[in-house]
Order: sequence, then structure tokens, then C-alpha cells
Amino acid sequence: MHRPDDKGLIIGSTDELLAHAMAIEMEAAERYEELADQMEMHNNPEVAELFSKLAEIEGKHIQQVRDLGGDDELSLKTRWKYGWAEPGVSEAPDYEDVHYLMQPYHAVSLALRAERRAVSFFVEVGEQSEDEEVVAMAARLAQDERNHVTLLEEWLNILPEPDEDWADDPDPPAEG
Amino acid sequence: MDVETTQLAPKQYKSGLKPVWCPGCGDFGVLSSITRALSVLGLRREEVAVISGIGCSSRIPAYLDVYGFHAVHGRALPLATGLKIARPDLTVLVAGGDGDGFSIGGNHFMHACRRNTDLTYIVMDNQVYGMTKGQASPTTDPDWEAGKLTPGGTGINPFQPLVIALASGANFIARCSSSDPNGTAQTIVEAIQHPGFSFVQILSPCVTFRPEQRQWKNLVHPAPVEPTDDPARAARRLLTDDAYFTGVLYLGQRAPNEPVPKQSRDGIAALEEEFKVAST
Repeated sequence: MHRPDDKGLIIGSTDELLAHAMAIEMEAAERYEELADQMEMHNNPEVAELFSKLAEIEGKHIQQVRDLGGDDELSLKTRWKYGWAEPGVSEAPDYEDVHYLMQPYHAVSLALRAERRAVSFFVEVGEQSEDEEVVAMAARLAQDERNHVTLLEEWLNILPEPDEDWADDPDPPAEG
Repeated sequence: MDVETTQLAPKQYKSGLKPVWCPGCGDFGVLSSITRALSVLGLRREEVAVISGIGCSSRIPAYLDVYGFHAVHGRALPLATGLKIARPDLTVLVAGGDGDGFSIGGNHFMHACRRNTDLTYIVMDNQVYGMTKGQASPTTDPDWEAGKLTPGGTGINPFQPLVIALASGANFIARCSSSDPNGTAQTIVEAIQHPGFSFVQILSPCVTFRPEQRQWKNLVHPAPVEPTDDPARAARRLLTDDAYFTGVLYLGQRAPNEPVPKQSRDGIAALEEEFKVAST
């Protein structure tokens, strides 16, 4: 994999692409587990449960990529060298975007943004490659991510939007 | 501790103790980067020690399943130096915050750079004392007025960690952002691999006392130049530093300080003999 200046991301084989996909899903699963722990520690059980559920879902996505031929070991050994690892590219929500008083609506919104980034990533890979197999696999993976986006959009539609003062804390940590 | 025989995944370097940091804290990203770096290097858990000072970020050894020591405020570096000299086979990381490292431990910082022992010093810089509820630290901007002890701002120019590290003789100098865990992991790998004293400043937001720092991820940007081994060139680059450049600044060529400790004493009796007061 390399990203020459102004030429976008170029992936050379389906093995490499699947290793990227595995790494993306692994990072997302680990991030959601971490966020669930953070919410549990800060007594926000509803969002903790939701992040745990998202981690579980990402675990299933890992299996889906594995079924397509993704190699755990290859992903583990080389995952940090991949182009997706640039800020703003991965499928995992950013650490800075959570809040101890956040609500399920916020959590699903975060997940939705992350899935949309994953769609963009695979679309870009497909556009940049001249290898037919890579193009086809990238299209398939992009479609999988679009399906995840659709599910999250449906989920978001049934969640209540938070009040404007959702972050107001009568006993804020910054006072004292 | 069991001896490892296979490469570990990053999460296998975590202790299982759940961090008490505030959700949104940049230190989560740094913890993740350290575990990724250790995994990439294929280090066994018993080959690594993490020494910290006091503060929110200094809790990090508890969250890692490697050797660790949560030390005295500002004194992580001398402890780590002693450990590295006694056990040169260990990969020794030192971790802490800007208050611990540049104020209480500021003198140790300069002399650790000068001494150039083979350590990797990771400072999670959030420009505030978070654990004590938000006082100005050495790296706080002079016009930050939200600190209760400095309501009109400190009015004092902030400490410049990269400048001091370069002037004091650090052999590897870099700045990263906790919002980029993968890039930070790569830099930590390079810092560990580079011989001598490696200093990595990581911009790591305190979302509770400096909520405006959530925007740091939109402000950081890779430095437009390659690392240099010329200290004069590195110094000139720092003159145009906007405090948000990331990447490796300086790769020194100085040989690390690796003194060979004297043979251990045979026991307490020999030690007592050394301190015996001569009778007159």
C-alpha cells in the first residue's frame, strides 16, 4: 500500500485490501469496547450497553471479512502501517468525541459518522485501483459499509434527540 | 510473570483495570498508542517497564500489563534512569504529564536529556493540572483565564518542551497528537528504537478543564519537513513552530550513556562495613 502525493490510496491485491478491512473492523471493535468501559466507569450504563452492542456488531463484521478471506495474523502484524490509519480515515470514533453525559442518540450518531468514513475509504480504494479483483472487492466492502450506515440511520430515527441542556451537570467536575 | 512466546495483540498489553480518566480524555489514545507500539515491536511483557510520576496521565502503568512503577511527583526520570542502568536489557518507558515533567520534574527533564540514557519519555501535555482540578501548568498559555489560581492568566510565557529538549541534548525529539493513535504509535516505535534519550510530547486534551482542547485534532498538522540530525537546523525549525506541528523533529547521533554499574555487594554486612565509622 502506498499513498503517492495527490494520487490517493493504492492497494495492490485483494489480500492487502482484506487485511485493511480486518484491521479497520478490529480497531472499531476495540474502540467501542473501550468506550463502553469509559461509560461504565462514569455511571452511564445506558450508553455503556449501547457501545458494548456496537462492539459486538463490529465483532460480527470482523467475522464477515474473515469469511471473505481476511487473515487475522496479516492484519495484526501490519495493521499500523496501513493508509487507513491516518486520522479521520478509520471506522473507529475519535476518543475526543465522547462525553460522560452523552446519550444513546450521540453514541449512534458517532457510529454513523465512523461508518460513513469507512464507506468513503473503500470507495476511494476502488477508484484508485486498476486491479479488477481489488475494484470488485472494494465495491463489495463499500456496499457492506453502506448497509451498516442504513441500519444505523434507522436506529437513529427511533432514538429521541437530546435536549439542548443534555450536558448540564448540577455537580460538574470542573467546579469545586 | 509468564514468559511470552508469541507476538501479542495490542490489547494483550492492557492490564484489564479500567481507566478512571474522563471520557474524551486524550490519554486513552496515548494508552492505545503505547500498546500498539509494543505489539509492533513484538516485545514480551516482561521485557518492558513503564515508570510514571504523579497526575492523571501518570496512572498509565496501572493500565498496562508490563512492569510498572507509579513514582514520586516529578521523579519518574531519575528512577527510570536507575532502572535502565541496572537492567539495560529492559525497554524502559517513562510517562507523565506537563506539570509532573516540566515543573516539579523540570530539572530532572533537562538532566535526563543531557545524560542521554536510553529511555523513551512520553509527556501527555494538556497544559493544565487536571488531577488537582485545573490550575495553570508550565505549558499553559499566558492568557488562559479559567484557572482559579490565575484568574487574569499567568502572564508568563509558557515552557517550550521541544526547545529545552534540544538545547539539553535529547537524542530524539518528536511531537504527536493523541487524536492520531496510529501515527503516535509509529512515532513511539521510532523513539524506542532510537538509541539514547527520546522525548515525545503528545498533545493530549483535558476535556474537563480545557474543553476547548477538543479542537486540537483540527489544529494539528504534520510538519512539512523531514527529521534532521543537525541541531542548528532543528533549532531554526522550532523558531517557526506554531505548537501544532507533529512529527519527528530531531534524530541525534550522540552515543547513549551506558555506564556499567559496579558489582553488587555480597550482602548487608558488606554494606555496613562500608559505612562503618572508624574508631579513633
